[in-house]
Amino acid sequence: MGFESIARTHEASPRPARRPGRLAARLSPLAGLAGSRTTLVGLAIVLFWVAAAVFAPLLSPYPPNATAMLGATHPTPSAAHLLGTDHLGRDILSRVLWGARRVLTVAPIAVLSAAVVGCFLGLVAGYYRGIADLLISRVADILLSFPVIILYMIVLTLFGSSALNIILVIAITKAPIIARIVRGLTLELREREYVAAAKMRGEGALFIMLVEILPNARGPLIVDMCLRMGYTTITIGVLGFLGIGLPPPDPDWGGMVKDTYGMMSVWPHMSLIPCAAISSLVIGFNLLAIGLRERAFRA
Amino acid sequence: MPEPAPVLELDRVRLSFMTRKGELNVTPGLSLALARGEALGLVGESGSGKSTVAFSIVRYLGPLGRVVSGRILFEGRDTAAMSEAELRAIRGRRIAMVYQDPMSSLNPVMTIERQLMEVPRLHEGVGEEEARARATAMLAEVNFADPAAIMARYPHQLSGGQQQRIVIAMALIGRPTLLIMDEPTTGLDVTVEAAVLDLVSALRKRHDTALLFISHNLGTVAQVCDRIAVLYGGELVEEGSIREVFANPRHPYTRGLLDCLPRLGRSKHESKLRPIPGQALSPLARPPGCGFAPRCPHAEPERCMAAPIPSLAVPGEPGHRARCVKVGELASWRPEPGAPGEDRDEAKSPVLLKAEKLAKSYRQSISTFGRSGRPVKALNAVDLVLRRGETLAIVGESGCGKSTFARILSGLEVASAGRVELDGEEIGARRVEARPNSLKRKLQMVFQNPDSTLNPSHRVGYSVARALKRLKGLGTAAAADGTRRLFEVVSLAPELAERTPQQLSGGQKQRVAIARALAGDPDIVIADEPVSSLDVSVQAAIINLLSELQAECRESLIFISHDLAVVRYLADHVAVMYLGKVVEFGPTDAVFAPPHHPYTEALLSAVPVPDPEQRSQRIILEGTLPSAIDLPAGCPFASRCPRKVGEICDTTPPPEQQLEGGHRIACHIPAKELERLNAASAAEKER
Repeated sequence: MGFESIARTHEASPRPARRPGRLAARLSPLAGLAGSRTTLVGLAIVLFWVAAAVFAPLLSPYPPNATAMLGATHPTPSAAHLLGTDHLGRDILSRVLWGARRVLTVAPIAVLSAAVVGCFLGLVAGYYRGIADLLISRVADILLSFPVIILYMIVLTLFGSSALNIILVIAITKAPIIARIVRGLTLELREREYVAAAKMRGEGALFIMLVEILPNARGPLIVDMCLRMGYTTITIGVLGFLGIGLPPPDPDWGGMVKDTYGMMSVWPHMSLIPCAAISSLVIGFNLLAIGLRERAFRA
Repeated sequence: MPEPAPVLELDRVRLSFMTRKGELNVTPGLSLALARGEALGLVGESGSGKSTVAFSIVRYLGPLGRVVSGRILFEGRDTAAMSEAELRAIRGRRIAMVYQDPMSSLNPVMTIERQLMEVPRLHEGVGEEEARARATAMLAEVNFADPAAIMARYPHQLSGGQQQRIVIAMALIGRPTLLIMDEPTTGLDVTVEAAVLDLVSALRKRHDTALLFISHNLGTVAQVCDRIAVLYGGELVEEGSIREVFANPRHPYTRGLLDCLPRLGRSKHESKLRPIPGQALSPLARPPGCGFAPRCPHAEPERCMAAPIPSLAVPGEPGHRARCVKVGELASWRPEPGAPGEDRDEAKSPVLLKAEKLAKSYRQSISTFGRSGRPVKALNAVDLVLRRGETLAIVGESGCGKSTFARILSGLEVASAGRVELDGEEIGARRVEARPNSLKRKLQMVFQNPDSTLNPSHRVGYSVARALKRLKGLGTAAAADGTRRLFEVVSLAPELAERTPQQLSGGQKQRVAIARALAGDPDIVIADEPVSSLDVSVQAAIINLLSELQAECRESLIFISHDLAVVRYLADHVAVMYLGKVVEFGPTDAVFAPPHHPYTEALLSAVPVPDPEQRSQRIILEGTLPSAIDLPAGCPFASRCPRKVGEICDTTPPPEQQLEGGHRIACHIPAKELERLNAASAAEKER
């Protein structure tokens, strides 16, 4: 005999339903951004650069690679070149704006790819444990113990430094870190009673990992991805500085520093401005991460 | 003779949390006094503000908490006027606190000796030698046989009960005038709880310490305190001596609390429990009149709900006051009534589940290169039988293997040896992933922790709907329909299915969990401590629901609990487990009547009874649970058994004595002799 046959009255709903939107509920770490000043400042900086990247063609006064002879002789900031020009007479403002466009395409794609791979490996290692965990964790350890700069140099000189290769190499080196975080969270979440309940109603392992466990790891994951974006910005800058970044002559913040740091004592603005661009974006991502983390801990 | 000043006095204290949304009022104006050497029990359900009151006394309210108005006087001095330095001098020295979780009160990297010595050294500036002497003396006072051995240890090397005794020693070593205990025994097993309560009673009398004892458990308060104050929604609804309040409760809420407790000796066949209807008062919506009126069976709108209710003296009982306009009108209270219970179904139904020599051992540590360490034996040759439609309760203290048994049945663990048959089909060696859906459907589980039973990322209806889809193969529309039906079955408004778990109360979450377990029309529902983290009034409602559903759906119920009163009430058969073994098994009436296994007897005597007339002579179990790694060769209970007969208990496993009606006891003492011993100690209690 089943429950269908039971008739019963229930208590009236005591509280009016407070329904957060479905998306808002899912992204709750992002929901109350307005609450924290740290988050707001971080978000403002990041959005500033996103706007610069999106509207670079409209905002920049000159084409990024156009040289001006006048600029080359008088490179300091002037009315014609608000941030001055570099040693080849290229407008620094235009190059910084176009450079933002490159960083903010490569970094998110790289971090997202790392997150997808890392989440999957972390879920598998944490959920199955045993031999799967052993393999994944040890491979991750090996990758993490390798000096990444040398790895970047080897891979990018061997295969050439295209945007795709940079994305791939960053994703490969960042994925183990994310996998470790997700593995740790999964080890804890897999013991929750709702996971046991899901097993007992016959859900498959993939369903449990993706629908029952992963959504509950989203808070720390979103925070970590913000941090990861900052680090990736630095990495892209470093690659540019080492000359294995995005291919010239298109503007790249790290590359701009590399081209001009020799003239530091005479015309410091040429390298300091791209440096400031890198730092501010990194700080923006970090502040955002700190703010989100504070929120996650308060909740 | 003039009354000496009270140790603690709260004078119309209004406590609030200043949140972004405005003032969240915890107590609108609480007054209470605690005389020197007196023990006051502060009782209330979660959210009643009892812990906030305790913290306010030592001004630990956090950044948001405020004493908005009123005064808190400690030994006649207003704590609000004290400087931080003065407060520091009082905290720990004059006022000591003991919290629920002893592990969080102890520093894990300091030895017990250092932690104990720190108190007198810091507060009184005494020398190393004197501090050590005081620590040793204090440890002896909290019943440690060998203080020197304990002093050298670290907190993690002690059991929960030992840790709590250390915390009590730390609290009392500064010779405080006021001891505040916030749910000090809630996390402990009954036998350990009994020992701690006895200790607290004895020590506070010896040291003449005033005690503020905060608890949700009326039984423990009745055992320890002189006076009781009942808190509802931050208001003191009733206050008086223990005897007066328990014999003659005048506030309907106090009566409700007493009524919804299952008492030892009552069963579902005699009467239903009476839960308090409705939901606890939210501090955000405080009505102008009596806060309890919306849930009160005696409420009259014009008298109770219009204006604030004053605290009125109970006629004929000085010192006994209740905040109820009908204080003199309510009929006298009787503990017994309740709706008539279900009829007993005497016919023996067929065996549904049978466990034979079931054993489970775990390897201890897992390192990178394989497993090492000696196995921990969680279950050791368990034999149990469950018949269709009956309720089997498994009782025992933490570590006895009752949850492991449940996890093997549900397929979350596999047995190491032995068999479990469900309808003749072997299931003990099959993980839940390896069981076909038809088998999964038969066995479902209700879990212990309401906060972890529902996925916080999904709406609560989701898990019920998924269960219907997976176990019954329903489509989306049919599953939504079935979810609504199931919510009605467990007395929840179907709209609640759209909420997230955070928006539901603990009791509501547990109802959803029950609905989820029922989705596949199971043959057996396993409930692992389903009510242990709920308030008593909610607990009563859930127990009623479980027993009603079982009567209607005819499913079998395996009810795992440490609460003997609940087990007595709900179960048809009881299995008492100790250290992975069933030491006593039989029909409920037989297990709860002599002859008892010595362990069952100790458990029964340890239950704190909500009746001050029965401050029972408890059997205090000495020693700690033996390690499950080196199981004793003989009787598992031998090391702590007060009735141990001799060497045979240590060396030879006790025989299973088969008694009438399927009742069996594993003990070397013959049943007849046990019965005589039980009767003798019962007679001693009477005297």
